[in-house]
Amino acid sequence: MRYKILALLCSALLFSQVRGQSIKQIGSDELEALSSLDNDTTYVVNFWATWCSPCVKEIGYFEELHRNPPAEDLKVILVSLDFPNTIERRVIPFLQEKEITAAVYLMTDLDYNSWIERIDPDWSGAIPATLMYNGRNRLFLEKELSRDELFKHVKQMMN
Amino acid sequence: MKRTILTSLLAIMAVMLVNAGLKPGDDATSFTLKNVDGKSVSLSDYKDQKGVILVFTCNPCPFAKAYEQRIIKLHNTYVDKGFPVVAINPNDAEMSPDDTMEEMKARADDKDYPFVYLKDESQEVYKSYGATKTPHIFLLQNKGDKFKVVYVGAIDDNAMEEASVTTRYVEKAIAALGSGSKPNPSTTRAIGCTIKTKT
Repeated sequence: MRYKILALLCSALLFSQVRGQSIKQIGSDELEALSSLDNDTTYVVNFWATWCSPCVKEIGYFEELHRNPPAEDLKVILVSLDFPNTIERRVIPFLQEKEITAAVYLMTDLDYNSWIERIDPDWSGAIPATLMYNGRNRLFLEKELSRDELFKHVKQMMN
Repeated sequence: MKRTILTSLLAIMAVMLVNAGLKPGDDATSFTLKNVDGKSVSLSDYKDQKGVILVFTCNPCPFAKAYEQRIIKLHNTYVDKGFPVVAINPNDAEMSPDDTMEEMKARADDKDYPFVYLKDESQEVYKSYGATKTPHIFLLQNKGDKFKVVYVGAIDDNAMEEASVTTRYVEKAIAALGSGSKPNPSTTRAIGCTIKTKT
């Protein structure tokens, strides 16, 4: 009986690990670091929020890119700009519903003016916005992307 | 020589592209738009005021909602000091069904907006100002014969909780004008909802 409970507990734990998206909360210095990593990988950083309808529309394309990257050295990073007090209530249920497995971060620094320009000087702060970069190229897009646009830009970036 | 001309032309075009929209120091674009009460409102109607707190905002955006009470408060605090709020909804009603004139009227009634709430039907006004999101503030100062943009950006530095705000940008800017100086900062950036444009 005791073993049964233990087994049940373990499987429940495992289940929540699989089902439960982990969200890393970050501040502006960590975000700036994520936006300027210097290695052989191509990074696709998407700024989004559960309340932003065009973001919700395009997030599936980023998940697809994460699951089927055109090359190995590509990493998709989803940076949520939802308010930190909505993680449990909104962000995690949303990620579970959309079956998001890409890396998810949540920005906790709400003094936007202090960091938006550090991510890209052309960013007014509207979302969706996407930053793509690698050692050779850097592209910032403050707009909603279609699936074709996203994959086309990524391909150009990696060439 | 030809190449120089071409290069300078390209440079000028690049500058024009980058400069789309109004910045502090620029003349404000005049406009005439329909208010939720059915009447037309023009920027020139405010020629006896010291300025205008122009707010591009909308009904459904969570950031606009988070700031709604603060915008009402701004108007109530500053209308008697010569800086009324003029709110403009820039979203296309087809792309954003919560932003039709009917929905705007309902919202203004429900929340007792003390300020005008105008519809940018043709979407030309927000484009001319270079608003990119809601809410997006353009503080205008009356210079006698025209209005000048003196501050562009956010209302304050904490959208989530008013209690955690440390800098009230708009109030700080108006205070600077009152003492004859220029707002500092004169531009700020903030997260917001994209403006929904007809495709």
